[in-house]
Amino acid sequence: MASEGDRRSDPEVERRSRLLGGLHFEGEGARGVAIALVSTAVFVAILIAAVTQSPGWPEVKRTFFDWGDISNAFPDIARAFVLNVKIFLVCEVFILVFALLIAVLRSLRGPVFFPLRALAIVYCDVARGVPTILVILLLGLGAPALQLTGVPRSRVFWAGVALIFVYSGYVAEVYRAGIESVHPSQEAAARSLGLSRFQALRRVILPQAIRRVIPPLLNDFIGLQKDTALVSVLGVVEAVNQTQIDSAATFTFGAYLAAAALFVAITIPLARLTDWLIARDRQKRQAGGAFA
Amino acid sequence: MRKLAYLALALLIALLAAACGSTSKSTSGSSSTSTTATSCSNKDSLNLKTIDQLTVGTDNPAFPPWFGGTPHKPWQVSDPNSGQGYESAVAYAVAKQLGFDKAEVKWIHVPFSNSYAPGPKPFDFDINQISFTPARAKVVDFSDSYYDVNQSVVVNKGTPIASVSSVAGLKPYELGAQLGTTSYQFIKDTIKPSKQPSVFPSNAAAVQALKNKQIDGLVVDLPTAFYVTAVQVPNSNVLGQFPAAPGGEHFGMVFQKGNSLVTCVNKALATLRGNGTLKRLQQQWLAKATGAPILK
Amino acid sequence: MSALHLDGVRKSFGATEVLRGIDLELEDHEVVCLIGASGSGKSTLLRCVNLLEPLDAGRIFLGGEEITRRAADVNAVRRRIGIVFQAFNLFPHMTVLRNVTLAPRDVLGLSRAEAEARALELLARFGLADRAGEYPDRLSGGQQQRVAIVRALAMRPELMLLDEVTSALDPELVAEVLSVIRELAEGGMTMLIATHEMGFARDIANRVCFLDDGQILEQGSPQAIFSNPTEQRTQQFLERIIEAGRL
Repeated sequence: MASEGDRRSDPEVERRSRLLGGLHFEGEGARGVAIALVSTAVFVAILIAAVTQSPGWPEVKRTFFDWGDISNAFPDIARAFVLNVKIFLVCEVFILVFALLIAVLRSLRGPVFFPLRALAIVYCDVARGVPTILVILLLGLGAPALQLTGVPRSRVFWAGVALIFVYSGYVAEVYRAGIESVHPSQEAAARSLGLSRFQALRRVILPQAIRRVIPPLLNDFIGLQKDTALVSVLGVVEAVNQTQIDSAATFTFGAYLAAAALFVAITIPLARLTDWLIARDRQKRQAGGAFA
Repeated sequence: MRKLAYLALALLIALLAAACGSTSKSTSGSSSTSTTATSCSNKDSLNLKTIDQLTVGTDNPAFPPWFGGTPHKPWQVSDPNSGQGYESAVAYAVAKQLGFDKAEVKWIHVPFSNSYAPGPKPFDFDINQISFTPARAKVVDFSDSYYDVNQSVVVNKGTPIASVSSVAGLKPYELGAQLGTTSYQFIKDTIKPSKQPSVFPSNAAAVQALKNKQIDGLVVDLPTAFYVTAVQVPNSNVLGQFPAAPGGEHFGMVFQKGNSLVTCVNKALATLRGNGTLKRLQQQWLAKATGAPILK
Repeated sequence: MSALHLDGVRKSFGATEVLRGIDLELEDHEVVCLIGASGSGKSTLLRCVNLLEPLDAGRIFLGGEEITRRAADVNAVRRRIGIVFQAFNLFPHMTVLRNVTLAPRDVLGLSRAEAEARALELLARFGLADRAGEYPDRLSGGQQQRVAIVRALAMRPELMLLDEVTSALDPELVAEVLSVIRELAEGGMTMLIATHEMGFARDIANRVCFLDDGQILEQGSPQAIFSNPTEQRTQQFLERIIEAGRL
């Protein structure tokens, strides 16, 4: 049908569907979507019926889903959430930089660089293998206990260091995947022009590598946002700790829903921002820009 | 096709609305409630989880002076089965009143947050230094007081906070409390410090933070404070205790909402209070817990 | 002193010996074409000259200076040699202009203005000035390959190495690239060209070398090689080429 073909290439439809995270509504696709919606509705209906008719539902509803509890808990938790935001924003910057360093060290070739490469490998293995909560406890409670002069006592500081340590291991591997996905002929071309290894890395390989791994980088970032809650084991009152305080005071769990809403609220714009970054990069390359 | 999709969406929304709105706020009636006043001395007519057994819950590790004795697995630090320690002793005293001998009391490990989770409780009652509050009493049933609580603050000797002698003097310091106690609320409502206080998920973390001087003072109930200074944090002492708020704060045992057993336990507590047993046990196990200066 | 001198060059990959003793000399402004079957070692030879592959034996001299000695500054050597590959290898995340100005700015230290002026002049010379702001994936294969040549030329090399630069192109795009190379040759650029385009080789080469199984079996003027090859294997190769209609 002529109209379907037009709509597929219509830039306005493209833009709207991109904003919806890539959903398309067109022609034959619409039938499929309708079927999916109906079957989902039926499934959810059955689920809701099963849950709300169960004998324990009134008590669960009262303790988990009471709007009064949730809205009472929300202001304190939102205030405490600011600390989570600060932690993950600061940590993420350090992680992105430090992990890149580790990944570059790991990619160095030649026997003379073996010690650095080995160090990077060991680092990634340890950082990813050890439970994050253990690192936070070790650094947050253990480091200050050594009572060395000049060693900061701040628990937020050590929790941040722990998170940077652990997450850099994961993110370094993501970078490494990106670097290895760039075809070696790119490096050959760059080196042939006389660029040094470092210049080739900086100008040719890394820009391509990083663009390719933006979605998994975002994944790790989102994981980091939630792991900022681990600082609560050191006693710091951030969103999840505040949630637990509220829950223990009222013997209800509505506070957890308030906290969950906040975490999800942060995640969604970040995911859309990433989609936009990727789309913009693709658009720039396809539409042709002004002189570089 | 579009219309079908919208219809499905409308159906979904309607169902969600129905689910959220329909059920009334009924209290859970999961365990059977006896109708009229039971004869509390007849243990066969009591509302129990297991016949001929009194199932009592508490958290692990079990700390002095609330519990004592050498721990056997899985219990750590102390053993509720020993009958030593204030809460252990009170539990066995109440059990005796209800007609249970020592062997018929079974202790189970109940993490704090499990004691108030919805659904049937695994215990007949839980005894774990849990303070009564009206908000909490909407979700569970509390027994009457088995101990009236005073909050106190533990500090490291020789630190600036150690020379404070009033509540107002505590304001500029970093204080901490353990999660689930009313101490945090006490800090926020009564002391009102200028720095954000900390809340620790476990006793171990709180104690370590005090040792590390990452907090200046740890606010705990007075008996726990003496254990902390005597055993856990060297070179610390109890700076002082806070006068009880009007109405006071008290510990109560926690029951499933609507469990008629609480009536019998209250009767038992009344008897024990009347015949001086409670006072004797407090003197036996919590004697040191009176010797701290009162901060005003 | 010759522009390029290969002396006893040997190269193996694992157990396979690809270059089995190459001796070759190029004078300034000479255009030498390498012909031979796939796998005969043409690409490997060019990559060795550019120091992309380390030698197992032998030496290479550029303008009299031994570039394969241990202490040689590899990057400095590569500045003096331009190489263009079969697969263009333009940098996809940069515009055409940026592709061309990258090395002059970062390696030669030219200012942005100087580098862009040089780039635009070269691009204009080969009819690509209007493409300067585009990204490579918007260009045809022939245009991309011409940009790759311009990118190498922007470094003002002493020697240009061309590795089968038209083999990956659609036939109708080959001519535009060949005309660029012809222009370079007429301009006096010293070039070592590996190619399958026999007609082109016959036109512009000063000398043709036939590479067979890792050795230069025969070399001489285009007339000599194409019309009167002395070696039997050369004859066989040329016969196959003529059969395919490529000569």
